[in-house]
Amino acid sequence: MNRTVEIVGVGWSGFRSLTPDQSYKELVFEAALRAYADAGIDPRRDVQGFVTAAEDYHEGTSIYDEYTPDQLGAAQRPMHTIGGDGLHALAAAYMQIASGLMDVVVVEAHSKASNILSLPHIVAFAEDPTFERPLALHPVALAGLEMQGLISLGRITEEQCAAVVVKNKRNALRNPSAAHGTEVGPEEVLSSPPLASPLTSLMAAPHADGALVFVLADTERARTLKGEPVRVRGVGWATDTPALDSRDWTGARYARKAAQMAYRIAGVQTPGQEIDFAEVDDSFAHKELLHLEALGLVPSGRAGEWTLEGQTACSGSIPVNVSGGALGEGSLLDATGLSRALEVVLQLRGQAGPRQLPGVTTGLAFAWRGLPTAVGVAAVLSA
Amino acid sequence: MTMRRVAVVGAGMTKFVRRAQETGRELAWEATSKALESCEMGIDQIEAVVMGTGPDAFDGVHMKAEWLADGAGAWGKPYMRGYVGGGTGVFSVAQGWYHVASGLFDTCLVVCEEKMSPAQPHPQGAFLTIFDNFIERPLGPNLLWIFALEMNAYMQRYGLRKEDIAQVAVKNKRNAADHPASLLGDRDITLQDILDSEVMAWPVQRLDVSPVTDGAVAVVLAADNVARRVTPQPVWIEGVGWNLDSAYWTNRDLSYPTYVEEAARMAYRMAGITEPRQQIHIAEPYDPFDYKELHHLEGLMLFPKGKAAEATALGITQRNGDLPVCPSGGLLGVGNPIAAAGLMKVAELFWQLRGEAGARQVPGNPRRGVAQAWGDLMQVGTVVVMGK
Amino acid sequence: MMDQWVYATTGLHEKDFEAGQVLVETWEGKAEYAWDTGIAMGRFLEELRRGRLVGRRCNSCRRILFPPRMFCELCFRPTAEWVTLGQTGTVITYSLVHVRWDMVRLEQPQVPAVIAMDGAAQGMGILHLLGEVAPEKVKMGMRVQAVWKPAEDREGSITDIRYFKPIR
Repeated sequence: MNRTVEIVGVGWSGFRSLTPDQSYKELVFEAALRAYADAGIDPRRDVQGFVTAAEDYHEGTSIYDEYTPDQLGAAQRPMHTIGGDGLHALAAAYMQIASGLMDVVVVEAHSKASNILSLPHIVAFAEDPTFERPLALHPVALAGLEMQGLISLGRITEEQCAAVVVKNKRNALRNPSAAHGTEVGPEEVLSSPPLASPLTSLMAAPHADGALVFVLADTERARTLKGEPVRVRGVGWATDTPALDSRDWTGARYARKAAQMAYRIAGVQTPGQEIDFAEVDDSFAHKELLHLEALGLVPSGRAGEWTLEGQTACSGSIPVNVSGGALGEGSLLDATGLSRALEVVLQLRGQAGPRQLPGVTTGLAFAWRGLPTAVGVAAVLSA
Repeated sequence: MTMRRVAVVGAGMTKFVRRAQETGRELAWEATSKALESCEMGIDQIEAVVMGTGPDAFDGVHMKAEWLADGAGAWGKPYMRGYVGGGTGVFSVAQGWYHVASGLFDTCLVVCEEKMSPAQPHPQGAFLTIFDNFIERPLGPNLLWIFALEMNAYMQRYGLRKEDIAQVAVKNKRNAADHPASLLGDRDITLQDILDSEVMAWPVQRLDVSPVTDGAVAVVLAADNVARRVTPQPVWIEGVGWNLDSAYWTNRDLSYPTYVEEAARMAYRMAGITEPRQQIHIAEPYDPFDYKELHHLEGLMLFPKGKAAEATALGITQRNGDLPVCPSGGLLGVGNPIAAAGLMKVAELFWQLRGEAGARQVPGNPRRGVAQAWGDLMQVGTVVVMGK
Repeated sequence: MMDQWVYATTGLHEKDFEAGQVLVETWEGKAEYAWDTGIAMGRFLEELRRGRLVGRRCNSCRRILFPPRMFCELCFRPTAEWVTLGQTGTVITYSLVHVRWDMVRLEQPQVPAVIAMDGAAQGMGILHLLGEVAPEKVKMGMRVQAVWKPAEDREGSITDIRYFKPIR
């Protein structure tokens, strides 16, 4: 495969708990204007394809694809929707460019979580109707089960999970786009109301509204554009089983396989050494620990200790979720993966302001599709 | 740059029925199994899976592609769902194409599943929310409205009568009598049957429409070198194109599907087609309603605007005509499980170009065909050109 | 031949359900939303409550867009100003609908139409219903005007317009 792919423009709006002043179209338009200005492109002239990640039940609209093009400048253009995370859409854009079919492809995802009044019911609606839904469990129970499984195996402790929350919410205070940055102590995290013990409410990422637009281009084309390019060295994605009874509850197989694919394409052989920093899904605090190990960034069983030791702090050996992660920024539904990738891009470009990590050249963004899935997408990006 | 060549090497499907006992997963599994069997490949040889499936509201499962993953052979694999409404069936092949053409994968399984029947009291309910949430839904529109509005605009623009259009339903339902998977095949149907059927939303009558259906189809894609090892007769994907028009459908000219033309131009350019009417030997345009076949044939630039009905009347689009259209029997004849229907057309071209279409075989050794699907709010065109 | 690659799906019929032969689970989902109207739709709905129709002008292509939006999808620029339209328009397509979405037959046909509004750019239609007209009298190109609910009954909804009737 001879083509390489860059991210040449990023734009976003939000992230905030509520966005009552803007409709979803207006939120996306704002992010798109910024991304196109960043890349220095006219979407009507310079873009051959557009991809969005969205789910009907997150929007409250059947065939939501209908409502995607106008605010992106994609009317009467090749555009499609992926029912997946924003990083799936990024992978799709990557493939469209790598194939040679297109030179410039735009990726979009957004969250209007504040507009979904019955969100827990929607999440439960993703469960199997025969085997799982009749149990009438709040889907957060699945996160509680997973966390408990890891604790029982001695892989993590509740204190280590609390440390993740403290770290990420504190990091978010230096991120003007984060909705849920705050100083919080570990005792407060542990004693916050239980959701599905041992999971407590502060260990679960709250939601936020926001939109993200990325512009991707092949390397040749990227050279002619204004935006500072970040190389997409590798992408990988994988689906474990949707069945609760046969999935890997404590190994995050979806993360391991997604990362394996991304590393293979990127030519990364020892991720622990070659990845300088990472933005990994932390929709639940224990997920950050689980993912760090499954992604090969931290030795097995050590992620909790490393967190307590400060190795994943901004000044540590492998800073994790400097943006604040979902715990600090807010979970952005299908756009969450792009918000992870956004931070990686900003860091690699040296545009992360007060959060800037010195001298980083390679970062990993990892998305998990959220409850009740076992689906993940990884992207290795380099300056 | 020269793009990697990708071929369809195997195809399988389930019979299309009104209401299947099989779950969505089981339908996906059966179609996938048949497709793999047809080219003697195992699931371990499949490197990526693309799923195409329509509104989650049919099955009543949010993020339903995740739920279907096990049936689609996607366990542990890179798996992705493309969703462009009714255009999905044909688009899924374009999506599978870019998986392989990117160089990331040598093989890709494309599965389209649709189980509409679970939605109660009627699957049409899933379409109530396709309309704009602010300024259309309060009016209580249903799916028939938009088809009827478009059909009327098309008829008025070109002075077409019901008879001119209904002949498409006759052709396709008769063609479908030879399709082993068909639900609505009828060798004896007549024009009068269509014209006598109940008026649902003028000018749409009952037999102008394809009904709610359950079914699944799967095809296997492979890169050049692999394709040649798998089968002596790979069918090449020569062109892919897709185009999404503005959501503001009431601002658009409904009498002509510009987005189908744009998608066709993209696919024809890639396939090196400059004279579509001469260079294409079989067409499978999307025909959920009879007028749509005509509308789309014009968008595909196979007939001049407003002239597809005339060509039909002359017999040009019959199976033994100069340009056979929907030799499969189309959606009107085989059935319309939304996403699976489009992929059924791709599978048809695959079988036709290999001479495996049995009683439906188009004579004369056809070498190139075009499949097209359509969806969203009369908004998306998806086109695939296949050749041998 | 391809026949061997067709799986024989088990088709069910009404009688199978009536005879209790099929195991069925039912589930009613709860999908509730409250969408932020934002600037364009927020203003549009507010103006409806006042008995007015508004569009937005794009200063680049000069089109007056209706329904209004804050961006021009062709030029990809923010739109520039609000424009009040008239109350009249032209039917560019219509249908006579005899069935509800669940296929139950209606006593009186509904007449949805796409109406291109005067004062907006060419072909800028919206979806609405026609009223005070016999179905067989509806024609393409018919000139129509909005019929509103009384002011005190308006809620800031597209249904504040009851229907469009022919201009006589």
